Parts: sequence; C-alpha cells; structure tokens
Amino acid sequence: MATAASERETDTVALARADARAQGGRVADAMPYLPASSTPYPPPGVEPSALTWAETVAGGNYTHKVVARGTRIRLEDVAGQACAHVLLHNALEPWERLNVADTVKIGWQAYLTTGHPLLSGDGRVLATIVSDDSGQHDALCGTSTAAASRAKYGDSAPQGPSPSGRELLVVAAAKHGLAPRDLPPSVSFFKGVRVQPDGGLEFTGSAGPGKTVELLAELPLIILIANVPHPVDPSPVYTCGPLRVHAWRSMPTTTGDPGRVVTPEALRAYLNTADYLAARGL
Amino acid sequence: MSTRDAVLDPANYAEGTLLDLAGPLIDGPILLDEIVPARAPWSAVVSHGDILTIVDVGGNQSGDCLLYNAHDTAERYSVPDTIAWSGNVYVRTGTVLRSNEGNPLATVVANEIDRQDTIGGACGKESNTLRYGHHTAAEHGCRENFLAAAAKYGMGARDIVSNLNWFMNVPVEADGALGIVDGISGPGKRVAFRAEMDILVLVSNCPQMNNPCNGFNPTPLRMIVTAGAA
Repeated sequence: MATAASERETDTVALARADARAQGGRVADAMPYLPASSTPYPPPGVEPSALTWAETVAGGNYTHKVVARGTRIRLEDVAGQACAHVLLHNALEPWERLNVADTVKIGWQAYLTTGHPLLSGDGRVLATIVSDDSGQHDALCGTSTAAASRAKYGDSAPQGPSPSGRELLVVAAAKHGLAPRDLPPSVSFFKGVRVQPDGGLEFTGSAGPGKTVELLAELPLIILIANVPHPVDPSPVYTCGPLRVHAWRSMPTTTGDPGRVVTPEALRAYLNTADYLAARGL
Repeated sequence: MSTRDAVLDPANYAEGTLLDLAGPLIDGPILLDEIVPARAPWSAVVSHGDILTIVDVGGNQSGDCLLYNAHDTAERYSVPDTIAWSGNVYVRTGTVLRSNEGNPLATVVANEIDRQDTIGGACGKESNTLRYGHHTAAEHGCRENFLAAAAKYGMGARDIVSNLNWFMNVPVEADGALGIVDGISGPGKRVAFRAEMDILVLVSNCPQMNNPCNGFNPTPLRMIVTAGAA
C-alpha cells in the first residue's frame, strides 16, 4: 500500500528511526514467519517447535535456505497457481548439485512423484520426494529465462511484473556464494508436463489448490526456490500464486528402510550417500 | 601401423564391425577434420556460421556433447531450454540448441537418424555405481572425459551440465518410463549443426559398456567442420 511521501516525517534521524520502527510487526500476505513455530499455517501433525522454516513466497518471488540432513521440506501450492522451481546443492561441496538427467535416467522414470530420489551427478541422493498429492511436476523443461520471459510477457526483470525463474535463482544463488555457472537445470513442482509419442510436450497444469509435496534432505543442502510460471504454460498472462514452505527436523532415509528404498538403483544411491557421510564423520 | 590406421581398422573392434567415414553432411570448405578414437574426449571451437558434422563411423556410437559460448563459458548448453523452446524432447533437423540464457548456440541443419537424445545425460564413474553396481567403479565414463576436456579451458565440475547424446536412443513411454535402448543409427550416419555464435564444443566418445548406447562396441567418431556460406 503506497503512502504519500508527504505523510511521512523522516527529515531527521530520530524521525526516520521512529518511522522505520513503526513498521515492525506488520503482516504481509507473503512473508517468513519467525520463529518458524509462530507460523499461522502449521502443517497438520507437525509439532510447531520442530519447525525450522515457515514462509509464504509470493508468485514472482524466491526463497532459499541452508537445511540440515534429515530436514523435511513441505511445499504447498496454496491457490493452485504456484510453480516451485527447485535447485539443490550439497551445502558442504556445492559443486555437487542436482542432476536432472541422472535423476530421471537412473530412476527409469521421467515423471517425479513419491519415492523418487533427486540425485546429484556424484551418484548420491540430495533429497527424496517422500510425499506428493499433486502428481503434476516436471523434470524436463527447467525454469524460465530472461529471453523467454521477455518474449512471452514483455519483461523478465526481478524488479518487474514478470520475473524469470533463472534471474531469481541467480540472485538466490549469489546469496550463498554461488555464481551463474553453479546453476544446473532445475525441477519444478505443481505444474505438470507429459511427453507425447512424437516427443511433443503436453502441458497438464495444476492439480488444484492445497496440494503439497514433501522433500526429505538426505545431505546438508542449499535449497533455492523460484516461484514463477512454468516455461511452457500456454497462458500469455503471467499468473503465479503463493507458495507456502514449511520445514522441520525429521529423520533421513536409511538403506534399511524398505518402504522408501525399493529399487536396486536407489539402494546403491543411499549407500553412496551414507558412505560419503561416514567418511566425513557426519 | 599409424595410430589413425589402428583406430580405423575394423579388426580392432567387435567382430563384424563396419566403419564408414562418410563425409561432410553439408558441403563447404573443410576447416577441421579429426577422428575421435573410441572412449576418448574431443574439443574444438566452431566459429559462428560454420557447421560441424559428426559421423557415427561404426554405428550406434553415442557422442555425448556439451556446447559453450566460446567467449563466456558461463553461458552453456541447456537441455530444458532446448526442450521448452522447441516443445519436444527429441532433437531433430531444425532443433535450436539453446543456452541457459535461452539464446541459440547452434541449429541442427541436417540429421540422418529419426531422432537424437538430450534427456539421457552422461555416464560417469559415480553414476555407474548406481546404475550397474559398485563393481563398475573402475570403468571410464563420459563425465571423466568431459572433466578432462573442460580442464583444458580452465573449467571444472561446476561447468558440466546435462548434455546432448548424438546417436543415442532414449524413448519416453506413455507412463513416463524412459531408458537407453538399442540405437537407431548405423555406420556412416551423420548429424550436422551450425554454430549460431562462436561455440566451444566438448564431446565424449562414450566408453560405456553396460548398456546399449554404443551397441556394446565403442567405435570412433569423425568430426568435420566446414565453413558456412559467406
């Protein structure tokens, strides 16, 4: 809500300080909730004191966090109009990062849902999709670029009305010391794409409001999320709704978990992850 | 026997191997003409407007490939941007190979097989342990070739991303199942792409022996750069 400049008294340090401090405690539709236990939207069944991250991310915005191994990250498409473009980096060695090709190839499956490990290019599991009631996700099309967003919406800048996903991820990454070359292809949640027999893409869109997907961090992670329209969303209008993020302390996957480790490839991926952590003393 | 003669001697490959060196797929003055031995990396800068023909000399030999803006390698080939802009997961004649900024790096101008792959990624020592077991950890992979080639240009692990696989066949089935299956190429089949800016091309002549991406018989590739029309 814009306030007429003339209504603000900020012509001395004392007045400017008072003006600034008067803003504290306000509530916005999209904001982080601190401490996380104070979230107005606690996930069902989760003890609020276990929460380590609670935030609503506006459409056209981004968020990022370093999370511990064993953190469970819940993404909610509040209005059925979010699209969460996610990148994962090993927080200990960020040149280890999400590898989408390995994720789909080694899983023998292009469409992500519950049980799919999100793999790095180093043969390890960065995170596991442990819950999904949407089923509309995409590992093929990545996020939007400045060039694509300008062509489609007329503008792409982070400060403009239709930010591109890549430009937001570049900024988010930079806050963790990561440069553009540290950004591999991303995956996206809450907007589906299916491949036709001739290889063509069918945009299947959203599964509706209130859908959630949960990721379990299997290594200490830098997680970067841009909430922008899917790159092949046919709508010429930049439409992107709020994304809610909650995370809490949980237990990482173990190789002896029969409910989660159901393929030989996944078993060896978790073995490699455990081997890496053991050697590092973690 | 010279190294080149040995590389091109069918007796050094699986019984029945045919080697067809073919030639440029698009006519023009030849600027570079090199053989990539089986299992080896290769790299070159292809100038804006020039055309690189890759010849699948022995047939069904995956040529894993990455492209970079030769003047700013932070701009590089992007699988998702190529797929999203083209609206198709397969690469064919006319497909624009795009960068992570959405810019055209190259355009496929001719192609002698039904479709080329860009979703299957590269093999590597680490991923082989997941895919086939830890007994394969000593085997050479494309990731190793890419890293060795990238190092010549001051690049490293941060610069290696998901890639193209010339002459590899990765169908996506109706339920999303996908995987590397028997190839649809053959000896002397070719693909050619035109550089839309000065590009650095890295190729790994795939050494994988645990799936059909080489027909279980790694063979050479021929790389021919021809000058584009002035």
